[in-house]
Amino acid sequence: MSALSINRTITRRQPNYRLRRTMKEAAAVAFVPVLLIWTLTPIYNIVMVSLDSKGDVFSNDIWPPHPSLDSFWIVLSEGYWYLQYFWQQFGNSVYIGAATTFLTLLIGSLASFSIGRMRLKYGWLVSNAALLTYAIPASFLAIPFYSIMLKYGLADNLWSVIFAEVTFATPYAIFIFRQYAVSIPIELDEAARIDGASPVQIYLRVYLPLMAPALVAVGTYALLLAWNEYLYQFMLLSSKQSMTVPVALAQFLNSDEAPWNYMMATAIIYAIPPVAIYYAFRGRMTAGLTMGGVKG
Amino acid sequence: MSSTTLIAARRTLPALSHGQRGRRVWRGGRQSSEFTWAVAFVIPYVAVFAAFVAYPVVYGLWMGHKPSLYAELFSDPIYVSTVVNTVIYLGVGVNLKMFGALLLSGFFMRRSWWTKGLLLVYVLPWAVPALPAFLSIHWMLNGQWGLLNNTLWDLFHIDGPGWLETSRWLALGSVIASHIWKWMPFWTVILLAGRMAIPQEVYDAAAIDGATGLQRFFYVTFPLLANLYLICTLLSTVFTLGDFNSVFFVSGGGPALSTHVLATLGIRDAFQIARPDLGVATVMSALPLMIPLIILLMRKLSRTEIQL
Repeated sequence: MSALSINRTITRRQPNYRLRRTMKEAAAVAFVPVLLIWTLTPIYNIVMVSLDSKGDVFSNDIWPPHPSLDSFWIVLSEGYWYLQYFWQQFGNSVYIGAATTFLTLLIGSLASFSIGRMRLKYGWLVSNAALLTYAIPASFLAIPFYSIMLKYGLADNLWSVIFAEVTFATPYAIFIFRQYAVSIPIELDEAARIDGASPVQIYLRVYLPLMAPALVAVGTYALLLAWNEYLYQFMLLSSKQSMTVPVALAQFLNSDEAPWNYMMATAIIYAIPPVAIYYAFRGRMTAGLTMGGVKG
Repeated sequence: MSSTTLIAARRTLPALSHGQRGRRVWRGGRQSSEFTWAVAFVIPYVAVFAAFVAYPVVYGLWMGHKPSLYAELFSDPIYVSTVVNTVIYLGVGVNLKMFGALLLSGFFMRRSWWTKGLLLVYVLPWAVPALPAFLSIHWMLNGQWGLLNNTLWDLFHIDGPGWLETSRWLALGSVIASHIWKWMPFWTVILLAGRMAIPQEVYDAAAIDGATGLQRFFYVTFPLLANLYLICTLLSTVFTLGDFNSVFFVSGGGPALSTHVLATLGIRDAFQIARPDLGVATVMSALPLMIPLIILLMRKLSRTEIQL
């Protein structure tokens, strides 16, 4: 009823309301091509160059004159010397991503359970430490981090990268878990405790199942962070067998006449998993980003 | 008793009982084993923090503590131009990106089917990993063979400049544009969520009072979004300050080392010319900007219910 009366009021006060709305709609539609060109040109460029055959990269065409999937085949069959260990490097990326996701979820959920649910004394200190880590740019910590990894004897070891990614993903995890846990009534913990459940049982049987949406959101975040990160992987992994895909990809730039079509084909193969995961979990990720309400 | 004290009392009451209840449940005195468990649960994170955050920070401070390093830095023209670049990168990049995100989040508030579809396409730069995207832009902006100049020639017969090879300002502009391209969708989604959290009733009330579109933005949307916008801008400033990939892969610091920012120059000093102490000093010279930023951010983040 109220909506109806409001509409009537507006129409009476602004007789040209309909015209103005049409104008606005037209302006919005006119804006669409601009936004599409802005967004899609670099993406189109990746696809175009990856479809070029060898001689066509250095040409002035704006679409591939002889499109072919050869570059993709070269990458998949490791048929170029920069791509000698492509599948192993791909496996390294998967390994780092999986380990980072698991450790981030485990460490983050345990810490948030202890601070938020068990109300650990001085828990706020730990949350603030996490918040501080979140606010320190990772690239600013890179040089001392590298020196310390040498000291720990973890140079050129995948675990040095996993530790780095976990370090930078866990603060976000603790942050999200703590906010999300507020919506779970503490009475559930009390009830379980009266029934004789130990803290471990409450964590496993009450806390984790109820935190599932937050776990999915943070898991996706950690996986994408580890997969997409470049600087730490570049610093810490030096041999071809232990490299990850992004490090190998950036290596192409070192060669004098970079084979851009192979490079872009590698880039597409490398980008497909995170893009697929992103779109599959998009709703959850956005929910994670704004969980607890963006009240400001 | 005045009504204000009553409200104040009512406000503090739930918080108080909440705290007491927590204490009763988890620290009953008899169950000291639970305290042990609580400590055990938090130990993994404390260990990660100590080994991989606290130790590197302290070690970094020690590496860059010599005043002579800073004298060396400030006498280096490359460092001075890097500081200028960083300031421009932050000032222009962050503000254009956030303002664009604010406007676009308003655009995406119209819930027609095609804006929903467009939003899916628009967030693609955020979904694509940084490295392939920036490599593609790097090649796209190549003066001789790049897509941009080829298109300019085909459409308008303009001989485009070498965007990354010739001029510092063109290259820096390209880097900033690439950064905005990659990260504006992320902030648009955040601000869009913020806008959607504003109840429709407020807009209905404004409409009854006869607010026009612009008034609605200035008197309803913006006051309600202002805090979120401020937090996002602060966070974005921190992230942009630490952004390594945009500069490293789009311009690579060139031409002639003129477009480095602090994050990339530090890595260059440490790994290409093998002066880790100088690299740490480069990065640490951002501390006067970073410390107030982080303090402000931490106070904002721990007080308000916002998540990123």
